This record gives sequence, C-alpha cells and structure tokens, in this order.
Amino acid sequence: MSERVIAEQISQELLFAYYKKVLELRLFELKVQELYRNGRLPGFVHLYVGEEAVAVGVCAHLEISDLVFSTHRGHGHALAKGVPAGIVLAELWGKVTGSSGGRGGSMHMYAPEYGFMGTNGIVGAPIPLATGAALSAQLKKKSQVVVCFFGDGAVNSGSFHEAVNLGAVWNLPVIYVCENNLYATEMAFQRATRNTSVASRAAAYGMLGVAVDGQDVVAVHEAAQAAIQRARHDGGPTLIECKTYRYVGHHEGDPGTDYRTREEVQQWKQKDPVKIARQRLRDAGMDEATLQAADQEVEQQIDKAVEFAESSPEPSADSVNEHVF
Amino acid sequence: MSEQGRVITYADAGVEALREEMRRDGSIVYIGQGIGPRGGNFRQTRGLWKEFGEDRLRDTGICELGATGAAIGAAMAGTRTVVDEVFLDFALEAITQIVQQAANISYMSNGKIKAPVVIRGAMGAVRNAGAHHSHTFYNWFANTPGLKVVLPSTPYDLKGLFKTALRDPGPVAVIEHKSLYNAKGVVPEEEYLIPFGEARIVREGKDLTIVAMSRMVSLAEKAAGVLAEQDISAEVIDPRSIMPLDRQTITDSIKKTGRLVVIDESPSYCSFAGELLAIAVENCFNELRVTPKRICSLAVPNPFSPVLENQMIPTVERIVREVQDMMKDSRRER
Repeated sequence: MSERVIAEQISQELLFAYYKKVLELRLFELKVQELYRNGRLPGFVHLYVGEEAVAVGVCAHLEISDLVFSTHRGHGHALAKGVPAGIVLAELWGKVTGSSGGRGGSMHMYAPEYGFMGTNGIVGAPIPLATGAALSAQLKKKSQVVVCFFGDGAVNSGSFHEAVNLGAVWNLPVIYVCENNLYATEMAFQRATRNTSVASRAAAYGMLGVAVDGQDVVAVHEAAQAAIQRARHDGGPTLIECKTYRYVGHHEGDPGTDYRTREEVQQWKQKDPVKIARQRLRDAGMDEATLQAADQEVEQQIDKAVEFAESSPEPSADSVNEHVF
Repeated sequence: MSEQGRVITYADAGVEALREEMRRDGSIVYIGQGIGPRGGNFRQTRGLWKEFGEDRLRDTGICELGATGAAIGAAMAGTRTVVDEVFLDFALEAITQIVQQAANISYMSNGKIKAPVVIRGAMGAVRNAGAHHSHTFYNWFANTPGLKVVLPSTPYDLKGLFKTALRDPGPVAVIEHKSLYNAKGVVPEEEYLIPFGEARIVREGKDLTIVAMSRMVSLAEKAAGVLAEQDISAEVIDPRSIMPLDRQTITDSIKKTGRLVVIDESPSYCSFAGELLAIAVENCFNELRVTPKRICSLAVPNPFSPVLENQMIPTVERIVREVQDMMKDSRRER
C-alpha cells in the first residue's frame, strides 16, 4: 500500500493527535537525557529517541483495559499507553508519586490502572508474561487484547520462541511487536542471526507476520489496527516487525558510536518520526502556526511533568519493607 | 493431625486440594506438561481433566520457561494459576521468571500488581534418578524475597498447605518430594486449611530438638523411635513452610531441650539448615548445652550408583549415631 493511500485513510484530526504524542515521547526523553546527564536522576536509563512512532502507532488502538508489556526502553510505551508524563518522570526520579512509588525506576515501572503492565529489566521476559496475560483475557472472554513490545535482541532468546509458540497454538489475543532497531546493545542483528527478517519468523509458528516502516506513525497505525482487530475477534496473534532505529546509545553513557558509523545514524535521522508526522500534516494542509502552537503545548506539558516530579517527596526510608508480598 | 478421615496417598491429597479449590474458584488454571489426559507424571493431577477440561488444564509441550512465564503473566492479569514444573529440577529452565518476575512483582509495582501463582514441583532423590532429576534447591527459593516456600511431608500437610497456597495473593512454591507420592496418611473428609508459618510438632521430647523437612521428617521420626529405646527423648519439628517460618515453635523447643539437630536433604553449605543454626545461636545462645548440628546430604551432585547415593543422603542410622555423639558431647549443664 502506498503512503498516499494510507494517508487518505486517516483523518487530519487523528494524525494531529499522533504528531503531538510522538513529539511528547521525543521531548520527554530529551528532558530525561538532560536531567540524567546533569546527575539529577539515579540509576540507568535507556532512551527511546528515534523509535517513538512505534509506541504511538500501536497504542493508539488500545483501550485503557487492554494491557501493554514493555521493555528496558519503555518510557515511550508507558506514555503512549496513557500513563501521565509526571508519574513516569517521578518514577525515574525515585519519588513517592512515581508509578511504583520509587520502588521500580526506569526498568520496573508499573501502572496497571492504565493497563501498563511494566517495563522490564530482563530482555525477552515480557514475552511469556504477555502471552499469559492474553490467556487470562481469552479465558475471561473479554474483548481485551495484550500488546508485547520487545527489541531485536529478544528474538534470539528462548523466551521468544517458547512464548510465541504458546501464543500461536492457543490462538491468544496478543500482538507481538518487535522494535527492530538493528542492535542488541552493541550487537548488530545481522551478526546475531542469519535470518534478519523478524516478520518471517512468524511462519515458523503458524501465525501471521508483517514488517512495517517503524519511523512512520501512519504505517505502524495501519499494521497495528489490523492486528489488534484480528486479536479482538478471536483471530489470534500477529507478529509485527517495526523497522526502526535509536539515535542514542544503548543506555545513557554509551555514545553508541563504537559499533555504528556516524553516517548510519545520520541516515536514519533523515527518516525521523517527528519530521515524517509533521510533514504529513503540512501535506494535508495544516498551517505552521497551528503546528508551532502544538509544539509549545507539548513543551509546556513536559515542563509541568518536571515540576511535578521534582517537587514530589522521596519515599519514607521506613517504608522499605512494604509490599514485598 | 485429625484422627478422623480416610487413608489416602500424598499424590491423591494434592489432587483433592486442586479439585476442591478449582471448584470453589472457577478462575484457577493449571499449566504444565502431561497434566491433562495423562493425569501427571506422578499422577498428581489424576482425574482432573475429566472434570475441568482443556480450558483449565493447559497441557504444554516441553517449555518450562514459556509456560512458567505465561502462568505468571496470567496471574498478574488476574487469573490465578498453577504451573507444574513436574520435576523441580526443570524449574531451573524458568528460574528467571520465578525469581525476577513473580517474586519481584509486588514490590516493583508498589503492591499494585500481585502474582497469585503456585509453582509446583517435586524434588529430591528417588530410585537413583541421577543428578539431573534429584535436586532439592528450595534453599534458593527461600532466599528470594517475595517468594513463599512450603515443603509438605505428609498427605495431610500437602492438602492443607496446597489449598492455602491456592488462596494466597503471591507466588508460592509448593515443593513436594518425589518419593512421597505413594506415601499414605490420614486425611479428613471435611475441609481444612493449614496456614503458612505454623510448624508441626511431630513428636514431643525433652532431650533434643530435631528439625526436619519433607522426606527427612519420616527419617527423623524413625530415628527418634530408635533413640527413645536408648532413653534419649527427641522432639521432632516439621516447619512445613520455610518461608514464612514459625520461629517461635522452633526456638521454644530449643530452649526447652538445649540441643538442636537439623536434618536436611540439601547440602549444608549456605543452606536452610544453616539458617536454623543461626536462629538457634541468635535466639537460644544461653540455653544451648552443646554445639548445634546439621545432618545434611553431602555436597556432591546426586550420584547414580545406589551405593554412592545412599552414602550422600542422611539415613536413620547416621542420624542415630550423630545424636548419640552429641549427647555424649554435651558439656554445659543448665
């Protein structure tokens, strides 16, 4: 399907909402980067810069009762699923107002009240978890669906194989979304596996697999819509491979240039999800003033999140033993 | 223990617990290999398939990592599950899901997400199965914050503890012993539950306290019988759940007898047996009349040869001998 045809199927209103969300994810991560580099945030952070269209294009089709399982690079997934930026940032700050009250941090943030079932510090681990949550949804006979995000690093793990196989054989309402950013930490996907088409692996499990341009929120929207509708109507799981790229290093502190060329990074930045979404709106006739107003609105939103997180209290040291069981 | 009831096997006691709880709670799903029409490798789900069918008894291929993760994920999403590893040894394929996901989830989510999942597996030496099918690593589980661990030693205890596990909000490892599945015991007709953290005084005594778990309980009982003929009165305690642990019953007994012997099928180094000695020293130091003792399996992988495996695992004879030595060695009067 050509880009033009896709673009005609999506309203300007929806596209505008997507643009703002993609921008929110971008500005959020850049703010986290700044705070982290200034020594304000404890722990480690893995930023989603460059991959924003995937989370937005997929989560756009989800209800609050649908569930998302995410990765170590999961701030964007949380925001796209509807967790307020202030609550996500407060968690990164270890504050009591954070989604896990400061007990989790970047790689262990949970907001089930928004259907967000967690980022995860263990690559591959959310795939079996999401599969089980989809089994729960199937048995409860709700029209609930489950989305599992993971990177190309996860698809060579045993977790992927065992869980996707179960999802397929049980025909579960789960969408497996691979964010193929070409590197598992520093390991190039083509050096890690001989079959570099993640989507093609779906055939091995007797399920549908599709590959899409993960930099274009509309392309992701299209693929996710079909997969989610299928899952909701007992049509079983889909594996969606979103071809994407992270502009930043694996984690903050990794320059990300030891294993990638600067040219490669620059090339991918030409296919920037924020720029692509913005251009689509311009092409559809939206004026620059409206776009700039939206940009300001999102910036203010991020500023408010910072204000909220920064001014929130730390957890009480006496509470350390709470919630173990 | 109730004197009223029928004599049934350990395996059947587990089946009864499951049947009653699956009837009571229509959401419970049981996941594992061979647990459907076959009724389980150890007959541990016999007859359940007929009543509950394939929606609730989910047979899987050989995929402990995927199946355990799925059981945990379903539990996180509000469906209570049991995942049967069959042999506890196979839980190692899934250990990351048990430790990193299930045990951590309540804390990591600030108490917002629970994982009501029972991780079931059979441990221990049986019929010279060799190193890959005989491990007893419940120590590892008990060392993991967020995980409860029960070690039923009788049909009565298995049923009561399993039922409690099936109502618990968090992950519980119900660790059976393979050589106990055919063991028989009295189980009441009427419903009962056994709370976690309540030890059972198997036999009362005044000269020494023997703490034993799982299959070692029956060895401790036999040894206590032999010792009684030599005028040595042993109190035998089965903690039943080791996380949470009934410290009170154990320390009360040690304070009464002044002597502690722990019988453990796991090796002693970094073990639960070591923890019990630490509890004795920390809480009963002034009452101890002799250095506490651990009688554990030797620190070797389970050998195949019956001669070698018998040498590895505690025996009644070894327990009697070591207790006799301890009694001679008791220096301190009260």
